[in-house]
Amino acid sequence: MVQLTLPKNSQIRTGKTWPRPEGARRLRTFRIYRWNPDDGQTPRVDVYSVDLDDCGPMVLDALMWIKSKVDPTLTFRRSCREGICGSCAMNIDGANTLACIKGMDEIRGDVRIYPLPHMPVVKDLVPDLTHFYAQHASIMPWLETKSNTPAKEWRQSVEDRAQLDGLYECVMCACCSTSCPSYWWNGDRYLGPAALLHAYRWIIDSRDEATGERLDALEDPFKLYRCHTIMNCTKTCPKGLNPAKAIASIKKMMVERVM
Amino acid sequence: MAYLTDRKRAEGRGAARAGTEHHIAMMISSAALVVLVVLFVAAVVPVIGAPYEAVAAHFARPFPAIVTALLLVAGFHHFRGGVQVMIEDYVHGMTRKALIVLMILVSYGAMATGLYAVARLAL
Repeated sequence: MVQLTLPKNSQIRTGKTWPRPEGARRLRTFRIYRWNPDDGQTPRVDVYSVDLDDCGPMVLDALMWIKSKVDPTLTFRRSCREGICGSCAMNIDGANTLACIKGMDEIRGDVRIYPLPHMPVVKDLVPDLTHFYAQHASIMPWLETKSNTPAKEWRQSVEDRAQLDGLYECVMCACCSTSCPSYWWNGDRYLGPAALLHAYRWIIDSRDEATGERLDALEDPFKLYRCHTIMNCTKTCPKGLNPAKAIASIKKMMVERVM
Repeated sequence: MAYLTDRKRAEGRGAARAGTEHHIAMMISSAALVVLVVLFVAAVVPVIGAPYEAVAAHFARPFPAIVTALLLVAGFHHFRGGVQVMIEDYVHGMTRKALIVLMILVSYGAMATGLYAVARLAL
């Protein structure tokens, strides 16, 4: 059955309130989920005060400020700090997004930060995305061809290339999949919005010659049809993409090849 | 479980090659219900508050009887599909299978009961 309450070892307790930086005039309170697999304790929420005059404007800037000046044990993923790598995906102010492109000025009150929902936590804000990446690999995210390889290149018209716009930009941050209730309850079998968006990206690629096989591999009550058009994926995507539309397009193609 | 590769876990048992028929059936029954509910309301409104004999005589006429029968078929077919999806969403394991079978029996049982009642009135 679906579990609507947290198990005992996942219930969050009040954590440590870290001292305010001395001499700071403009402060912002951050409430951050902390969990260390090595200390045997349940998760807690620590409270930090960030000196806004000493750090950048984005939530990731504040996290890096905390890590370098207050608490070096705070653990999170980050890399490009400009919304390209998808590493710093986390739940900020109740919505999944990338910390590097989420401005602190977009949030009212205290900044609450948790790891991506419903994923196993490795430590603090780092979720285990192993299954998510394996699902992505399972949709064969590469060009499949059967014709002889052309001497120069697989050609594509401007119009055909334009069909990939709004799809190829996905950075696999997992914000969409981890915001989807269907993925929460059946993530072991449902591929989720990110993998399905990528699947559609290859299905409609004019150069790809495995369209039928790709549709066959998705035609499943759980892999594809767990999507109930809840639209959380589209609402939360930090890149402004529309996975729900891509999934609806796959369903439409499924219907068209039957009727 | 412990020694399965991540890829094998993600692939599971592959695609069931099913689900599209269910999807189409739900879409068609949804569209049918939009029309049938309006027709059923139109068929029922004239006899609201009327005595039993008048209602029985009304449903013995072809239009109300056929519309009611079609509503029962489309409605319970849609109900069966919808509840199955809900059970698949929220219930796992053997309980899922048992509930789906139970729900199918309830849906078609209710549909048959309704059709029997309509037939009794109409024939």
